[in-house]
Amino acid sequence: MKLRRTLGATAWHVVSIVIAVAFLLPLAWTLWSSLTDSGASPDGGFGFANYSRVVDYGSGLGTYVLNTGAVALMTVAGVLVVSVPAGYAFARLTFPGKNVLFVLALAILMVPYATILIPLYVLLGWIGLQDSLVGLALVLVMLQLPFSLFMMRNSFESLPRELDEAAYVDGCTSRTAFLKVLLPGTVPGVVTVCLYAFLASWNEFIAPLIFLTDGSRFTLPVALVSLRSGSLGQVDYGALQAGVIVSAIPCLFLFLLLQRYYVRGFTSGALKG
Amino acid sequence: MVTLAAPPDATPRTTRRSRAGTSAHLAEQRRTGLLFAAPTALVVGVVFVLPLGLLFWMSLNDWPLIGVSKPNWGANFAGLSDPLFVKAAGFTLVYTIVTTVVLSAIALGLALLIQQARPGTALYRTAFFIPAAIGISSSALIFYGLYTQPTSGLNELLATFGIGPVAWIATPAGAFWSTLLLVIWRFSGFFMLILLTGLQAIPDEVYEAARVDGAGPMRTFWSVTVPLLRPSLALMLILSVTGSVLAFDQFYVLTSGGPDNSTVTLVIALYRKAFVQYDLGTAAALSVVVLAFLLVLNLAQFALLRRDNTK
Repeated sequence: MKLRRTLGATAWHVVSIVIAVAFLLPLAWTLWSSLTDSGASPDGGFGFANYSRVVDYGSGLGTYVLNTGAVALMTVAGVLVVSVPAGYAFARLTFPGKNVLFVLALAILMVPYATILIPLYVLLGWIGLQDSLVGLALVLVMLQLPFSLFMMRNSFESLPRELDEAAYVDGCTSRTAFLKVLLPGTVPGVVTVCLYAFLASWNEFIAPLIFLTDGSRFTLPVALVSLRSGSLGQVDYGALQAGVIVSAIPCLFLFLLLQRYYVRGFTSGALKG
Repeated sequence: MVTLAAPPDATPRTTRRSRAGTSAHLAEQRRTGLLFAAPTALVVGVVFVLPLGLLFWMSLNDWPLIGVSKPNWGANFAGLSDPLFVKAAGFTLVYTIVTTVVLSAIALGLALLIQQARPGTALYRTAFFIPAAIGISSSALIFYGLYTQPTSGLNELLATFGIGPVAWIATPAGAFWSTLLLVIWRFSGFFMLILLTGLQAIPDEVYEAARVDGAGPMRTFWSVTVPLLRPSLALMLILSVTGSVLAFDQFYVLTSGGPDNSTVTLVIALYRKAFVQYDLGTAAALSVVVLAFLLVLNLAQFALLRRDNTK
């Protein structure tokens, strides 16, 4: 019986390890060839020449990283400004139009956003935000809104009502109760919202592809795909893989560091794909 | 693409009549509520409701990328019978069905594999869902390299087993299955996590009761696990179907819709119509049709999900 159990556990580990390796291999292969393949080094061995080629690609890797970082930062900031106070308002306050607004915000989930990109493109042109990182961030804030709003509303709702009551007894208004008493309790929700907003905006592809036309404003995903398209039909695989690794590193780092908060996004009941 | 929750007005009323009940306090709350919800109202209004209205208006206009638009009423919708669109719709349908079936099966297998906490579980779980951190376009670039570079790790591994060179994305069927492999890699861990959340919400007592009643593992799975997992399964279904119907990044990057337009999805057709042929009106009409289709599908699945939730 004991032998059978040990055998079972061993088999389970073997199966799990094989699958885990299968999931990690594409990344590992890409990292490995970015350091060793197609001109990684003058002597044909290990080197960083692929990385220096991608640094000089187009408007420069630095420009693309800065653009992507700026969009991600603006998106995260915008999502916080919109969803944190609104989460509190929807969880705790009564005000006219509350239910209509909540339903409209959740309706964003029901309308696949690829279908409203075309009017958004026209609209951003009208308000002078065509080919603009600010306009792109604005659209990304809208995309993240349902998930973030939901997450923040649930975070505030999960705090005990006695907290508000005590704050009011102590002479707080609804605003000071929010700032001093409730907000500190929602930090895990805030981290989750930030993480999702960062990953989504850093990796977004179709929106910048449509909204950005000037190469110097491209974000990393768009710049890398245009690198893939190559010049004269030749694909520089080494530079491409180096670029993919550079763009994946911040996401992998945050993801591993904040994994607990990522999983929170699933268990809280708010989810968007 | 869905949320599980009680409606917003379901928050319990405070029972104690403290300052919170006075009319001055209620007025103060109302002002704060309006102020705090204002940014949401602004974003929802300007970046969602307005473009949605504009979409319907555009679909009724001859709307070139540059130049003056003018109403042409139903003409854009008549243009949707273009064989390229019909083919794209068919391809998207097949892709959606195959992807959803394969992904669901794999995600369920992975979730069942690691649902019990044992040494190593957390590590395996992380390995399974790490691709979810990487963007879809970056994932597609990774697989583009693995498929098309003769010296890639994948092709060299296969060569050591005497397999290859494989055509991968060079044939229509190859392009389809190669993209599916990429999608499995990128999304099965994500869907596994949804199911895992559902599995862990099933109380141990239920399994205990099934065991006492003499149910074997298969019986327990079909009579206990699957019914209690239905909300999570339905959520996975909605996300997979919606995501697949809207598939763009993976095909745009990996296959560019080729070879011979064999992997053109609805959104790729839409993108080409708008930004390659500069015909925004027809693209808007196509958007309206896709939107209506998904709305009906989502509402149907949503109703299913809600019903299971209240069980």
